[in-house]
Amino acid sequence: MFDDFFIRALVAGIGVALVTGPLGCFVIWRRLSYFGDTLAHSALLGVTLAFTMEFNIALSVFIISSLIALILIQLQKKTNLPGDALLGLLAHSSLAVGLVVIGFLTFIRFDIMGLLFGDILAVSVDDLLIIWIGGALILLVLKLIWKPLFASTVNYELAEAEGLNPDRAKAIFTILMAAIIAISIKMVGLLLITGMLIIPAAMARNLSSSPQSMVMYSVIGGLLSVILGLFTSLEFNTSSGPSIITAALLLFILSLFKIKQSIKLKN
Amino acid sequence: MSNSQNILVKLKDAGFCINDKWLVKGVSLQVEKGKIVTLIGPNGSGKSTTAKIALGIYKKIDGEVEKYTNKVGYVPQKISIDWTLPLRVNDFMVLTESINKESIDEALSLTGVIHLKDKNLGDLSGGEFQRVLLARAISKKPDLLVLDEPVQGVDFTGEIALYELIKKISDELNCGILLISHDLHTVMTATDHVVCLNGHVCCSGSPMDVAKNNEYKALFGEQAFQILSRYEHRHDHIHTDEGKIKKN
Repeated sequence: MFDDFFIRALVAGIGVALVTGPLGCFVIWRRLSYFGDTLAHSALLGVTLAFTMEFNIALSVFIISSLIALILIQLQKKTNLPGDALLGLLAHSSLAVGLVVIGFLTFIRFDIMGLLFGDILAVSVDDLLIIWIGGALILLVLKLIWKPLFASTVNYELAEAEGLNPDRAKAIFTILMAAIIAISIKMVGLLLITGMLIIPAAMARNLSSSPQSMVMYSVIGGLLSVILGLFTSLEFNTSSGPSIITAALLLFILSLFKIKQSIKLKN
Repeated sequence: MSNSQNILVKLKDAGFCINDKWLVKGVSLQVEKGKIVTLIGPNGSGKSTTAKIALGIYKKIDGEVEKYTNKVGYVPQKISIDWTLPLRVNDFMVLTESINKESIDEALSLTGVIHLKDKNLGDLSGGEFQRVLLARAISKKPDLLVLDEPVQGVDFTGEIALYELIKKISDELNCGILLISHDLHTVMTATDHVVCLNGHVCCSGSPMDVAKNNEYKALFGEQAFQILSRYEHRHDHIHTDEGKIKKN
């Protein structure tokens, strides 16, 4: 039988994949991959904060990521810099500040590799609770804002004109992004979280013809990636994050064959 | 007729200014149940801006907007849809409101695109897409329809049919319509109230009042004036079934 830590990792990974599936679709549709990256980079700062103040890691990452998202919105309003430059500025400076702060915290031993790339050995029962309860909350809120969020993704003005309040949906979605990063950081690592959001959803795009089916395939792709990745991680002693993302990449490559077929059918 | 309970949206001296430039200024108008109000005017005269003010898309506006309904159907002039979204006509129909299958089918049939129901939105032609947009707006049986050049890119026969449909919808659903159109023929036959814009309200009133207005003539030229006067003469008969004409 598998070791306890592996079962915990598997349960945690499945929880994460159930949430990243639908959120990842929106990340692709709304072109938010770099936004996700920026939030994830800033998560390191959140982790260091958690260690210094002896605070819960997920909660502190969530707070710092939300804060960075707020700063980004303010910078967008008050400067003339393009969005991608602002994202880069925030991503790299928050990562740098996080690393500098770690340098000062000599009294604590950090597993930097684990933070960056995920560590299945680190998943505790508390983490499982955070992932499943947090994940359920994220999915519930996403379901509630689905209509305005999706409508404004298709066309902002239609959503606004027909009374759906897209601005509120967008703000809530930003918070959900910070939340998913906070709950999945231990599992996938902060450098690869966006991969977990994007790659299964990108695979799903190749297979689907409607938004609902894309979400479904994205969830399935995420689950398969987690299961495949974790078994690889156990077998070959590789980091969990990279193993999961590599598995997702393989699924994406497989999905390309489906596209080829449908293009052939069209011609 | 202008019972205050029938008013769906009312603009009072409304204007919108962006980057120190007024797109439109000092517009007052109201749309009532069962009435068609049409905005006409040259390019850049602020027609779409006025529609967006009425819809509440522009928020930092001058003047006042009072909107008395949330059941709104909107056909924008320009719509850019990102094709990274897998979206079929059927999914697009329920974008802002969940409606049942019968209403979807009915609306798509009315605009003549029921056969495209399962097609990907990105595979439609411009005219087909325009028909889907109109179908989506009417399918939710709104109180207020805002149609910004709803038949652009639609073929000639389709254009006439769609304008007839719009008129019919206004009567059947008793909804108010704010219409933007370049087609002066349609404007003058089917409209209850015309607002002629050119950065501000040039003139407004019933189609005939506007047609007689000198500012309107200056804006659209003598030809447009003649289109209207022809309609004026047609008022000595009414159309009955099967295309027969009955003299008054």
